[in-house]
Amino acid sequence: MSAAVETVDLGRNFGPRAALSGLSLSIRAGEMFALLGPNGSGKTTLFRILSTLLAPGAGTARVGGCDVVGEAMAVRHQIGVVFQSPALDPQLTVEENLRWAGNLYGLRGGDLAVRARAAAEALGVYDRWSDRVQSLSGGLRRRVEIAKCLLPRPRVLLLDEPSTGLDPAARAGLRATLERVRRDAGVTVVMTTHLLEEAERCDRVAILHRGRLVACETPAELCGRSGTDLAVVSGPETEVLAARVREIFGWPLLVRGERLRVEVPAGGEAAGRLVSALGAAADSVTVGRPTLEDVFLDLTGEPLCGEEER
Amino acid sequence: MSGKRGLFFLPTLALWQREMTRFVRQRNRIIGALATPLLFWLLIGSGLGESFRGAEVEGGFMRYFFPGTVVLILLFTAIFSTVSVIEDRRDGFLQGVLVAPVSRASIVSGKCLGGMTLAAAQAALFCLAAPWAGLPVDGAVVMRLLVVLLLGGFALTALGFVIAWPLESTQGFHVMMNLVLIPLWLLSGAFFPARAGTWTEWAAALNPLAYVTAGVRRAFYGDGADLGLVPSFGAAMTVILLFASVMFLVALRVVRREGPESR
Repeated sequence: MSAAVETVDLGRNFGPRAALSGLSLSIRAGEMFALLGPNGSGKTTLFRILSTLLAPGAGTARVGGCDVVGEAMAVRHQIGVVFQSPALDPQLTVEENLRWAGNLYGLRGGDLAVRARAAAEALGVYDRWSDRVQSLSGGLRRRVEIAKCLLPRPRVLLLDEPSTGLDPAARAGLRATLERVRRDAGVTVVMTTHLLEEAERCDRVAILHRGRLVACETPAELCGRSGTDLAVVSGPETEVLAARVREIFGWPLLVRGERLRVEVPAGGEAAGRLVSALGAAADSVTVGRPTLEDVFLDLTGEPLCGEEER
Repeated sequence: MSGKRGLFFLPTLALWQREMTRFVRQRNRIIGALATPLLFWLLIGSGLGESFRGAEVEGGFMRYFFPGTVVLILLFTAIFSTVSVIEDRRDGFLQGVLVAPVSRASIVSGKCLGGMTLAAAQAALFCLAAPWAGLPVDGAVVMRLLVVLLLGGFALTALGFVIAWPLESTQGFHVMMNLVLIPLWLLSGAFFPARAGTWTEWAAALNPLAYVTAGVRRAFYGDGADLGLVPSFGAAMTVILLFASVMFLVALRVVRREGPESR
């Protein structure tokens, strides 16, 4: 079974800046895969290379076994691409947009009509069939866009930040749609995201940082890789707390604002030991499995997103 | 799997159809491309007519200026139909076309045929007023007009495409229009005839738009009429055909390169 997407030593510069360098990864057919990273991590560059819009500067990328440069048309026959801003014509109706897109993929006549209607129904936009796209909300547009991309029955669906601009209900709906598409049609789903809750639900997550791949594993593996739990201690004087934890336990820790993040041995006894050691100096102590965000911070030394995005 | 090659005919038809639908739904474009030249013709034609004398302009300036106005309509409609390239890129629509298994020649053809149809149709509509300008219309005139309007419309849309493709904003496009295309039109013989032995002769000989104006003028007057330096209909068509082919190939080249978003 060949990989749905495979890159070897992929690189791309913009002027003197390396947007992507030495990136090798392999995405299996039928996988739901997330490219996780903050803005500027290179995930959008990778997305554009995989969707044949941008040529790699170094290395190779293959989608469905075909090279994105030498066999670009063969790649285009196999991919459906959902952009951040929907590639729909706002002046045309939902029906016209779907038919039009079908034509670009060589679909026509009765077959196209049946497929367009089925896709619109599957994505719950059939009741807006005759409305111009400019009258639809962002969430509905995204659904029309996905319906459009599924018409030609792609083997690989590429999505760029699919949750951007969607409210929580629309996000949940999108998630369910992607799950169904993958289950029913065996489509490989590859999405870029800077949202942890989106990445956590994928089969595997590639973490990108400054154009490099820093990890590529399942969310569970990523979170459990250190074999430790994570304690978050908050208190008025974090420096004092940090000094005491170092002195008593010697556990690795990180001071983040009002909070102390301590890597503690897994097993559940750490909470009690911390509470008794710190006493009244700590306002609260919570111990849990590390989240993807913790892992991201560990791997890159930087938070995934700015405060305003959380 | 539908093969490894890009699709051509169906996507070209789809792209052409979209141009038509969009044009009809944007009423102001119809008015803008037709009303401005019409106003030019009426105001400049009647205002300048009094002070315009010469052997070439027998029949008055309104009559002389009529073919030039036809070319202006052709130019406006063809060139402005390619503004949608910039809008489509800005709206993200173009990306959806670029990732489809569509031959790049189809992207250029759909656009050029669309612009050609709109430009020729608008110009033909204005030509209905020719008898009032003192230019009689018969079957031969209509045939010649169709040829020059379609060919000229295609060439000018391809030119607009080449200008529009690398641009990120419509402002840049308007600068090009005012700085390059309007002067080309002014020197094309639309406004005043080129005179032998002066720089205007060279300007007309090197100006592709001059051959479109010549073609429209010859379409009305026929090859028998003495129109000074204006080339014959056949010669004008040959040059336009050549110009259209070159522009089409250049357009194809720019589409195959990476767009401005890759910088």
